[in-house]
Amino acid sequence: MIEEGRPIFLQIAEQLADDIISGAYPEESQVPSTNEFAAFHRINPATAAKGVALLVDEGVLYKKRGIGMFVAAGAREKLLAARTETFDHDYVRPLTREARALGLAADDVITLIRKDMDR
Amino acid sequence: MTPSAPIAVEADGLTRRYGETVAVDRVGFRLEHGRIHGLLGRNGAGKTTLMRMLTGQEFPSSGRARLLGGEPAENADVLRHLCFVKESQRYPESFRPRHVFRVAPWYFENWDAEFAGRLADAFRLPLNRPIKKLSRGQLSAVGIILGLASRAPVTFFDEPYLGLDAVARQIFYDRLLEDFAEHPRTVVLSTHLIDEIAGMLEHVLVIDRGRILLDADADDLRGRAVTVVGTAGAVDRFVAGRETIHRTGIGGLASVTVTGLDAEGRRAATDAGLELAPVSLQQLIVHLTRASARDFSEAPA
Repeated sequence: MIEEGRPIFLQIAEQLADDIISGAYPEESQVPSTNEFAAFHRINPATAAKGVALLVDEGVLYKKRGIGMFVAAGAREKLLAARTETFDHDYVRPLTREARALGLAADDVITLIRKDMDR
Repeated sequence: MTPSAPIAVEADGLTRRYGETVAVDRVGFRLEHGRIHGLLGRNGAGKTTLMRMLTGQEFPSSGRARLLGGEPAENADVLRHLCFVKESQRYPESFRPRHVFRVAPWYFENWDAEFAGRLADAFRLPLNRPIKKLSRGQLSAVGIILGLASRAPVTFFDEPYLGLDAVARQIFYDRLLEDFAEHPRTVVLSTHLIDEIAGMLEHVLVIDRGRILLDADADDLRGRAVTVVGTAGAVDRFVAGRETIHRTGIGGLASVTVTGLDAEGRRAATDAGLELAPVSLQQLIVHLTRASARDFSEAPA
């Protein structure tokens, strides 16, 4: 749901992206209209439109004139690639930085990750 | 959003004095057409006086107001595009709500009687009860129905929810958003219940002691401030040289709200072992209004 303290249009774009990654909106399927987003989240329609426009700019959504917004072919892959990059930046780099500080080798880190992922 | 967007409401050096008191002090801004604007501020900040001047209900002491490009005061051409829902609207002595809604189309060319009827049902408004016997909340509902069903190109709501319970206020917000999506127009909503309506606003004006404290897009403000929490020493080192708008602490812990923290700054804070908490629009405005009060009292006399 929408939280205060962060731009709402970004949150709309992120939620839509999450739903495309999870498969809730498959490629070539129609996504809700900005007015539907606005009513559902109780937000300004212009703000919802801004969030949707962000994904249009990234080539994740495209507009069918007179019908609505659709998920582009290859959108999921594109989003996953972007998320992987963010994952690398936000999680892996701090992890390796800390690992170096502790004197852990790559194999030690991988062992720890394996253990955690198998849990 | 674009610089060329048409302007619905404009103030330029707008000032209103009552004797020694300056209720509105050299205020200037432009409100774009087709958006929902919030006029936010504490009680007595000058919201109502400002709205009264913008809608031609009151003459400014100096400066000027513009509504759809024209002078609002006594200007029928401009005022027929306006609906102003006042906190203390008066109706003819013998009127009942159904009379109000029957005469509404004389004043509002876009009046939607069917929509008004649905709203009256939603608010459970007794259409046949004399206006003077309505509760405060029912009276507010009459004003809200007028404001929504008139579909005036420019609609002002001045704290329109007095006496309405949370359910009825939510009905108002939902219907406003729905109808705005279908019939875009300029809405100016004054309120001090910021949390309730924050998501509906595209643009906000914050007024305090008759002056505009903030004039910005709501979504731009949401990322603007963040609260940094941690041990007092670490927090102090981190916020040194940054613009802080609020500070509180307990024991050895400090919590300081700073503005203008970018991604790099956020990372630096996390690296320093500090926690970051988001700041809502309401909290931001409370902090800013308090900070301004402090500036005011600390200013040399």
